[in-house]
Amino acid sequence: MAETVAVPSQRNVISRLWNDKESRSVIIQVLTISLVFAFLAYIIHNAVVNLQAIGKGFSYNFLWQPSSYDINQHLIDYDSRSTHFRAMLVGILNTILVAVCGIVLASIVGFVLGVLRLSKNWIVNRLAYCYIEYVRNVPVLLHILLVHGLIVHAFPVPRQAISIGDVTFMTNRGIFSPKPLYEPLFLVVIVLFVLALAFMWWFKRHAQKVQDETGKRYPVFWIGLGTIVGIPLVSFFLLGSPITWDVPALKGFNFTGGMVVRPEFIALLLALSLYTAAFIGEIVRAGILGIYYGQTEASYALGINRGRTLSLVVIPQALRIIVPPLTSQYLNLMKNSSLAVAIGYMDIVATIGGISLNQTGREMECMIIVLTLYLVMSLIISMIMNWYNKRIKLVER
Amino acid sequence: MNETADKSNDNPEKEIVIVIRKMHKWYGQFHVLKDINLNVERGEKIVICGPSGSGKSTLIRCINRLEEHQDGEIIVDGTELTNDLKNVELVRREVGMVFQHFNLFPHLTVLDNCTLAPIWVRKEPREEAEATAMEYLERVKIPDQANKFPGQLSGGQQQRVAIARSLCMKPRVMLFDEPTSALDPEMIKEVLDVMIELANVGMTMLCVTHEMGFAKTVADRVIFMDEGEIIEQNKPHDFFDSPQHDRTKLFLSQILNH
Repeated sequence: MAETVAVPSQRNVISRLWNDKESRSVIIQVLTISLVFAFLAYIIHNAVVNLQAIGKGFSYNFLWQPSSYDINQHLIDYDSRSTHFRAMLVGILNTILVAVCGIVLASIVGFVLGVLRLSKNWIVNRLAYCYIEYVRNVPVLLHILLVHGLIVHAFPVPRQAISIGDVTFMTNRGIFSPKPLYEPLFLVVIVLFVLALAFMWWFKRHAQKVQDETGKRYPVFWIGLGTIVGIPLVSFFLLGSPITWDVPALKGFNFTGGMVVRPEFIALLLALSLYTAAFIGEIVRAGILGIYYGQTEASYALGINRGRTLSLVVIPQALRIIVPPLTSQYLNLMKNSSLAVAIGYMDIVATIGGISLNQTGREMECMIIVLTLYLVMSLIISMIMNWYNKRIKLVER
Repeated sequence: MNETADKSNDNPEKEIVIVIRKMHKWYGQFHVLKDINLNVERGEKIVICGPSGSGKSTLIRCINRLEEHQDGEIIVDGTELTNDLKNVELVRREVGMVFQHFNLFPHLTVLDNCTLAPIWVRKEPREEAEATAMEYLERVKIPDQANKFPGQLSGGQQQRVAIARSLCMKPRVMLFDEPTSALDPEMIKEVLDVMIELANVGMTMLCVTHEMGFAKTVADRVIFMDEGEIIEQNKPHDFFDSPQHDRTKLFLSQILNH
């Protein structure tokens, strides 16, 4: 009798572990991790064996060899004698430049579109609607080619440049504008600007305190604008304009001197941000519509006006709906910037993942770098947005 | 000039706060409110009842212009409601409203819910606004919940916060739009108790409600509406004991004998 009871309990050790909620989850996790590592080990081994078979080692030494190619837009010093590593840095900076500018522009245009889409004005509403439906239903690569084509073909050659006050020139090779050369006194203006920022930081808190204590509200925005823009501006002229300008001049077939914003950058920036703005517009609209109308009514019933209802009641709640999909859009914009290669904007893909790769034949090494860089940049954006999302989260219970 | 005559009436108890004259409202083709005439005296407690879809909520929502009327006039405390946004805001400051679904602001604490409008509309110092808010939260018996968020409270507590939030604006008229319809039975009483106490201190109140017990004990006047019209209005005693209209009789028999 005792034997027959003991036997099944021994035989069922595995089945007992499998049917226990806690131990089952441990088993599944162990199995999953083993499988993932086995797969990784297999593909890495496979790659090493194959590389050896064709006589290629795995080495990053090529990064320190001269790149021997030119990059037209470089934010740091670079020429064809610089290393591949430096070419990569130039590429990273170009990607970051277009991604950051693109995210800022797309957010502004997107929020405006979202609000316009909710307008009761029929014309405004329909215009925003048509824009969004056109833009988001055409692939972003076509937008990039279209804007680039428009700039290259619609703008004149440098000899017939469209001149703005004889200092800025719009051509199919870019927009040439004067480059500021700072004199020592300009430092004073910068210091004053920083001081103005510090003052406003203090003043904003002070205004909040005054409102808490007396109920009086200062026009913080206008005072801020006046301080931050006004003080540097006035001091600039009082100090006798301590900036000289390097004005671009036509030499031969192109302009020299000054600053140039290249058509590739303009095309990529406009196409990426206007494309993403259409999606952000829909996200913002969904966010605002997602807030129960009773919230607006309750606010109105308390005598709070439309603007303050939007800024104090609706937007803070809508942000919770808006932020997660907005993060995805920022990531999309950053990754879509790799389409730059289509018009020759020298980003990560075009430099280290393009010309460097072709010249050195180090496809494995280069692709790992490109992949890692995009991953790191994406994770940074995600981290910032998740931190923000957590900060505005709703307390449920 | 009629309004000034009304206001300077020599008997202060007969002062008229709300005047509604020949008011009509349509939703598109649908005629929701038909020829509404109603005067509300200061301190008067009015209960509005009627079957669903009879326009009772729409009527009180017209009084603070959450709904616009298309014809006739509504004058609240001497201010006529028109497209003039300044006038609308002026009226809304003086008229508090409590909703069926509470509509507390979920991203703000109970205390911040109560101080938001006093701070931004009445421009009160925060300290003063918070003191007032605590006073009213004590009157609705939940001062200890002041720093919680609405999502952490029960329905009855939320509705009491909503009443306190309205009272913080020190309104001269309070509108209640089915304040107990979304509550469990045991929570209805705690909200009604607050409303009865409010009635006892002389607040002018218009309540859309199905709580006939509340109507009998508190109301000065009961108004019965059906299909967008005021069918009958009377003192609660006469209204319940000897209704004049067939529709009123039918309605009362349906809600009282179940």
